[in-house]
Amino acid sequence: MNAASRFRDAPGAAPRSLRLMLDGVPVLARPGESVAAALLAHSGGATRQTPVTGAGRAPYCMMGVCFDCLVTIDGHPNVQACMVSAREGMVIQRQIGARRLGDQP
Amino acid sequence: MSADLVIIGAGPAGMAAARVAAEGGLSVTLLDEQERAGGQIYRNVGAVAGRGWLGADYARGGALVQGLDHPGITHQPRATVWRIDARRGVIWLRDGQSHVSPAAHVLIATGAQERPVPFPGWTLPGLMPAGAAQILMKQSGMVPDEAILAGAGPLLYLVAAQMIAAGAPPVALVETPTAITHALPKLPRALFGLPTLIKGLGLIARIRAAGIPWYRGAADFRAETTEDGRIRFDFTTGKQSHSLTCGLLLTHLGVIPQSHLTRSMGLAHEYDAEQGAWRPTLDPWGQSSEPHVFVAGDGGGIGGAEAARAKGALAALAILHQAGKLDAAGRDRRAAPLRRALSRALSLRPFLDAAYSVPSAFLAPPDETIVCRCEEVTAGSIRKAACTGAEGLRLMRTSLRTGMGPCQGRMCETTVIGLIAEATDRPASTLGPGRIRTPVKPVTLAEIAALGPQPEETT
Ligand SMILES: Cc1cc2nc3c(=O)[nH]c(=O)nc-3n(C[C@H](O)[C@H](O)[C@H](O)COP(=O)(O)OP(=O)(O)OC[C@H]3O[C@@H](n4cnc5c(N)ncnc54)[C@H](O)[C@@H]3O)c2cc1C
Repeated sequence: MNAASRFRDAPGAAPRSLRLMLDGVPVLARPGESVAAALLAHSGGATRQTPVTGAGRAPYCMMGVCFDCLVTIDGHPNVQACMVSAREGMVIQRQIGARRLGDQP
Repeated sequence: MSADLVIIGAGPAGMAAARVAAEGGLSVTLLDEQERAGGQIYRNVGAVAGRGWLGADYARGGALVQGLDHPGITHQPRATVWRIDARRGVIWLRDGQSHVSPAAHVLIATGAQERPVPFPGWTLPGLMPAGAAQILMKQSGMVPDEAILAGAGPLLYLVAAQMIAAGAPPVALVETPTAITHALPKLPRALFGLPTLIKGLGLIARIRAAGIPWYRGAADFRAETTEDGRIRFDFTTGKQSHSLTCGLLLTHLGVIPQSHLTRSMGLAHEYDAEQGAWRPTLDPWGQSSEPHVFVAGDGGGIGGAEAARAKGALAALAILHQAGKLDAAGRDRRAAPLRRALSRALSLRPFLDAAYSVPSAFLAPPDETIVCRCEEVTAGSIRKAACTGAEGLRLMRTSLRTGMGPCQGRMCETTVIGLIAEATDRPASTLGPGRIRTPVKPVTLAEIAALGPQPEETT
């Protein structure tokens, strides 16, 4: 799951000063960026598995329309990681398998 | 939290409208689900310093954002609108809490989304729309590493030029067939948009100068993950097959209006054959079939940022008139220069629409392609269902669950329609738009219950 990131930092990018936890592993984030961006900077692999076939998916549209970036944040399932800003200490879990929208934590 | 005017979307259309309406004496609530004003083109513009590689057009958005600093404007960031209710007002969600903003007038300025580009492998990690990568560049200071850009359209050239300027040039540009010669008759009108045309040619020149390998007339896209997690991208040009490897495959075939909100309200919509998409039916001020509801910007039909800004201001003038703050003569006088700007901004559009029309293989892709990303329904099963009675969006939904997942068809509707059209030999215009129910963004039952008793569904 921890393929190298498919992105790198642009010239002059601010330091990644925030620390989030992804399934127990620290992930660094830049103030002002979305959780999805931090996940893509951390790894090029899947951030969830689909409920139907278990296929791996990663953040896709980055603008709130595709819902491929759904993760659990601080216990809340099915959060669109691309629409939430990264904050210090956030606890993120990948969603594996049959968790459907509307499921309660 | 009542306002005279509630605007949804803080892109160029919504920001321009907010300023004009507030200066005209209305109290304005501006709702946007993003953290900062700017919309797609000017995403994050207020917060970024020193990202010159995004270009001068991007930096220009700063003035619009500063225009929101007016006592009559309340900007509510992180406010996701999930329902507009004829009686109660605009209903939005922030941090799991729903709020209602009652409003005498509503302006919907929710912009566009990128058109889905389905082909075998487009769901794999490592594939994204080009605009998504651009969002990461604007908002996170991240640049794509060893990426291929594939598809067509002006935004593809812009993203390529921005990547080059950021020191992360694409390893190849793979362009689907364009119809420039076919579009040439539309060029005379396009000359009114000369500055834009010249900018476009400038982008192309920069891509050429950077020596980026450029494949033209590409078809038969297919992507697979390699053993080391990279992407192998196969395609053909004419009779020749190509296979390239990259870290990231960025695709783009233009943008389409985001019409979930306008459709959920039951507003009248029409099919735009040139742009291959539905849009709300609007009068020249942006007034919808519901008199107090206006639509401006790319959400009402694709025109780009300058057109969005002009349309936003025009809608605000009409709303000021409707609210009794501006007489008809004053409205028309102030509208005249805006209409000229709008006409200039739109003059290139017919040429672009014709030159970069969507190749049919992306409207009706090969059988093995996953079309509905949420429910993982393939093109093959949709074709089969269409041939055995599921001849419309609704029947397809009940038989295969297409469009029933969290994205509510945003990523598959154009393709499902394309496949039904192909299988039943009917024009796409007769097959949509699909009916959309609220909430247009997922809301839990608990969040709905917290709002109190709901009025009857109006649609
Ligand atoms: C990903 C992407 C990148 C683009 N990049 C460029 C570019 O670099 N240059 C260019 O010229 N054009 C670009 N475009 C084209 C763009 O559509 C127009 O240039 C311009 O931004 C349109 O302005 P607008 O005001 O109509 O909408 P937008 O600028 O798209 O603004 C709409 C706003 O509405 C908000 N919104 C949408 N739905 C809701 C909801 N339910 N609740 C709350 N808020 C909501 C969004 O968060 C957004 O901020 C891009 C389009 C996309 C989709």
